[in-house]
This record gives sequence, C-alpha cells and structure tokens, in this order.
Amino acid sequence: MRTRIYVPRETAAISVGADDVAIAIARYAKEHDHSIELVRNGSWGATWLEPLVEVVVGEQRIAYGNVAAGDVAGLFESGLLDGGQHDKRVGPVNEIPYLINQDRWTFWRCGLINPLSVDDFLAHQGFKAISRAFDAGPQAVIDMIKASGLRGRGGAGFPAGIKWQTVADTPGQQKYVACNADEGDSGTFSDRIMMESDPLGLVEGMMIAGFAVGASKGYIYLRSEYPLTYSVLNRAIVAARESGWLGENIQGSGFDFDIDVHLGAGSYVCGEETAMLESLEGKAGVIRYKPPLPAIEGLFGKPTVVNNVVTLSSVPNIVNLGGEKYAAYGVNRSTGTLAFQLAGNIKRGGLVEKAFGLTLRELIEDWGGGTASGRPVKAVQVGGPLGAYIPAAQLDTPMDYEAFITIGAMIGHGGIVVFDDTADMAQQARFAMEFCALESCGKCTPCRIGAVRGVEVIDRLIADENREENYELLVELCDTMENASLCAMGGMTPYPVQSVLKYFPEDFAPQKELASE
Amino acid sequence: MTREEFSEDTASEITAGFGNRPEMLVQILHAFMDRFGYIGEEAVRLLAANLNLSRADVHGVVSFYHDFRTAPAATHVVKICAAEACQAMGSRSLADHASKSLGLAMHESNDRITLEPVYCLGNCACSPAIMVDGKTIGRVSPERFDRIVAGLDGRS
Repeated sequence: MRTRIYVPRETAAISVGADDVAIAIARYAKEHDHSIELVRNGSWGATWLEPLVEVVVGEQRIAYGNVAAGDVAGLFESGLLDGGQHDKRVGPVNEIPYLINQDRWTFWRCGLINPLSVDDFLAHQGFKAISRAFDAGPQAVIDMIKASGLRGRGGAGFPAGIKWQTVADTPGQQKYVACNADEGDSGTFSDRIMMESDPLGLVEGMMIAGFAVGASKGYIYLRSEYPLTYSVLNRAIVAARESGWLGENIQGSGFDFDIDVHLGAGSYVCGEETAMLESLEGKAGVIRYKPPLPAIEGLFGKPTVVNNVVTLSSVPNIVNLGGEKYAAYGVNRSTGTLAFQLAGNIKRGGLVEKAFGLTLRELIEDWGGGTASGRPVKAVQVGGPLGAYIPAAQLDTPMDYEAFITIGAMIGHGGIVVFDDTADMAQQARFAMEFCALESCGKCTPCRIGAVRGVEVIDRLIADENREENYELLVELCDTMENASLCAMGGMTPYPVQSVLKYFPEDFAPQKELASE
Repeated sequence: MTREEFSEDTASEITAGFGNRPEMLVQILHAFMDRFGYIGEEAVRLLAANLNLSRADVHGVVSFYHDFRTAPAATHVVKICAAEACQAMGSRSLADHASKSLGLAMHESNDRITLEPVYCLGNCACSPAIMVDGKTIGRVSPERFDRIVAGLDGRS
C-alpha cells in the first residue's frame, strides 16, 4: 500500500524550502523503493512550522515541522512512513493546539485537501452550498447572509447582505461579482492562504453571490505579487469548468456563471474598490467618486458585488449551516470569525481564525508566543499600513470593529504586525507618509501633495528643527488629509502617524517635552 | 529569464489573443512584459493602434503601475520587501546590506542584477522576505541573501 505524504504547495512554505523537501522525499522514496503518494496540499496556516510535512498513518496525519531537504534521509531512517520519532516530529496534525483551538468556519479545508482536486473538494462538502442555494432561491440566500451579520473582510466592514440586496434590487441585464484579491496590506496573507489552499471554496462563494444577485460573470482581481496563487487559481477554475461546476447551465440548474482571473500590476491603491474596478477595465487605478456606489454602477457601469476573498469564502458555510449559526460567533456587531494574521516580529506567525472578541494580547501571547526576538513588544500595527500603531498598554483591547474604532485604531483585514522595543516609531510614522506618497493615485490633492509634505515635516521633526511649529503643522496636515481625501488611502494614512505622535512622541527627538496635549 | 526582441508581428498576435479589447490593456501589458521584458515606445504605438486608444491613454496606464518597465531589467531581478512586517524583522538593514554587497542603490542595475524594493509579498510570517526572479523567499538573513545571490549565476 502506498503511504500518502503531504507537502504544501503554498507561497510561505515554498519560500522556506517546501519544494526542495518535496523533491527530496520523492527522490529518497524512489531510490529506496518506498511506495508513496506525494500530495501537494495547501497550508494549515501554522506558518511558523513550515515546511510542515504530514504522513498518513492509519487514520491520522502525523506532522513534522520545519522540515528541510537535508532532514529527509534522517526522517525516513527514523521511520517517517510509520510516523516515527524524530526531532522534527510535531505529532498528529489534529492535535496541534495552535490549530485545534481556532474557530475554523472559513478556512477549515485549508491544509486538509488537495486544492486542485474537484473530487477532494466534493468529498469535503464542496459545492453543497451552491446546490442548497439553487433550492432555496436568490432572496433566501441574501436573507441568510443578512442574518449572519457578515461584514466585508477586506477592511471596511460593510454588511455583505445589504450590499448583495442592493445589487439584486438594481435592474440590469448584466451584473458582476468582482472579488478583491489585491491583498496589499503588509502583515496580511489570509486571502493568499485561502486561494492557494482552498481555491474552490472561493469559487463556490462567488457562484453563490452571482446566483443571489443575478450575475453571470465573476472576476478575481489578484495582485501580481502572488504568482503561485495565480497559477493555483487558474488551474482550479479550469478543473471546475471541466467538471461542469462553472460555465453554462451549471449541473442542470439553468444558472450560468464563469470566472476570470485578472492580475494587478503592483499598485497598492488598486485594493480600493473603485480603483480596482478601473484597473479591471484596463485603465490606471485612479479612484472614482462615490456615489454612485459600485453596487449600482460598478464594473463597466453595471451593478457589481465587490467583496474580498475571505468575505466570499465565508459564504458557503453560512448557506450550509445557516446565518444564525454564524452570527452566534463573535461579539456585538462583529459577528462570526476573522482570520487574524500574526506577522512581523512574532515567534509563531501564521493564520488564526477565531471568533471576534478575544484580545490582541491573547493572539500575540497565546498563539504568537510573543516576539521572535524575545524582547518586549513596543507597538502593534493592526489593519495594514493605514492602521494605527497600538502601544503595549492597549493589548487588552478586544478584537471587535467598534472597540478598535474607540481607541482610534481599526481591525481592517486582520493583519497584526508586531514590533519589539528596538523599533524607531518616528521612522514608522515617516514610512506611512512615504508609502502614501509612493502609492497615491493622484486624484485628490490632500493625498497626492499632503503625503509628500508629510515626509518633509517628519524629517524636520526628526532633525529637531522648529519643533513646535513643525509639530503643529504635522497635526494640521494629518487633519486635512483625514477629512479632505477622497478615499481611505489619504484619509487613513494619518492614523499611524497620529498614533506615533500620541503614544511614542519621545521617538521624534532626544527630548521628551513634546508629549501630546 | 529568456526574453525575445520586440516584434510587431508577435505583439499583434498577443493583442489579437486578447481580442484587441481595450479593457484587457493591463493584462496585455503583463503578456508583453513576460515576452519582451519591457514596454518600449514601439509597443506603446502598437497598443494604441491595435486597441483603438490614444498613445497618451496607453502611456498613462504603463506609467501608473510599478510592474511595467519602459526599459529592460538586468538578467536577474532582486526585490526586497520594504513594508512594515518585514521592517519589524530588519528589512531596512537587509536592504542596506544588499545595496552594499551588490554595489547598487534601489532601482539600479548592473549587468547582472536589478535591485528594487517591493511593498509586501504576503509572506509576512516569514519576514524578512525577498523575491528573486519571481520566486518568493522567506526568513532571509544577510548571509542567506549572499548565498542566494551567489547561486544566481549557475541558473541564469
């Protein structure tokens, strides 16, 4: 009997040697006449253990963590095929505390299945939800999404059910589903893990959205920094087409739906929904005025559902299990789960899908194990480059959209970037402005010019020139950008800057008298 | 990476493959990049003609996106992530090290390597990360960086 071995084909795992490990395993098995079946799964999201190799022994999958190609011979000699003892042995994958203590509503198939196999997907509840949706009808599906309280996971947190209702209620022959996979925020990779580990889960979510609002065409706008994701998505879509799960008259339902993947081209602002639509139309990613909302006049002027990868991927289980069940997770108006991403200076980085309501400290300490450097946490940037730097004193804030707004921060796409006490926060504030200057689409003045002036003013502050004057100027500039920019790029770039002024003023200069009022 | 000389026939074949549809411009530019390595003046002229756009339209799109070069890069493109998660793990000093050891400032090339920053590779739990010829590499120490760069000649 052939022994099945899983080695991830996922960007993070490959970035630390998973391909070399897979080759070494195949070569060793061939040379020693071991009969194995090598499956390239996605990632469970325990990135700190990558490359994570699993061997199927009886009913269990025995995991070995941080495996290097050079370990392979030793692993086989230690009885890898029987789950033998070895320094790298972690134990059964379904007993790893990092994984089993999560609430895997959306990411439950990630790591478990072969992402490119329609059969494997079907064997794990795949396409069950779209079949249910066909039976229930479009409005019943929208009602389920409303009942779930699902909010947009890209960062803005707008209720998905209301957006879908708007598109469904807007008359039009042609409507679209545009999936935002332009995951540009530093510290975030949940979209990528989903697309590389369970691409058909996203496909099914998009199909359900299309069915609910009356759209026959879907686009995935994928950032070009994810070349492996591009290949996995395209292969999965072809496999779905070939098995009759995409295309015309899907499984005899009378519903037509197909998906194209379009690549971005290295522009951060194209993650903003209207810039993304412009880019999907082949133009420069310059944002549009709102209104009209994309739900009413979106892609090519047609009613369009614009949702993030994780939002859409959360949908199949909402349809399978009911909106109320999803709404039972979480706190207040933050219902359900979020895939938090532990990144930067953290010992156990990776993806943690949990119900809203746990604290930032629990994520960083219980899951993350503290900093990678072993030094104290100085600041945590949550929600990407436009998110505030949260000081260690506020780590007990619960992960809840509204609780974060209360402390002047945002949850965004759930990225958590940890900095230790060696970080120079004045440099981080400067970078926020520098990045905005680099990535501004240029449509509005506060963003285009403000960011350039922001870098200059911060440089003068760091150089200790006319402190009070420059401090006041920076505060005013932040205020102008926040209130007068057209989109979140210029409007939220001040957040990290203001948080540094407020919590880390001493980093701006040797003296400390600059403390905020 | 093997790239071919720009030719109008090949370029027109590519645009025809996209139905000469103007809304496919960004995707076509990616195809040109893969094939020719850059978007030159003659490519802009051809795109404008084939897609029924003005040259200014095409130029506006080419110049908006970081991915589209107007001149060829060196044989190897080394990108160092300069975004926050990698900054928290020392990407600033990794970038300094790279500049020093290659003798290149960011956005500069020698006959072998083009050095550039990139703003997030989505590999933020394996910081600092770099991308070499389209391949993402994580947990990159200065020593590992030197080994990777030294190994490039063997497979160029």
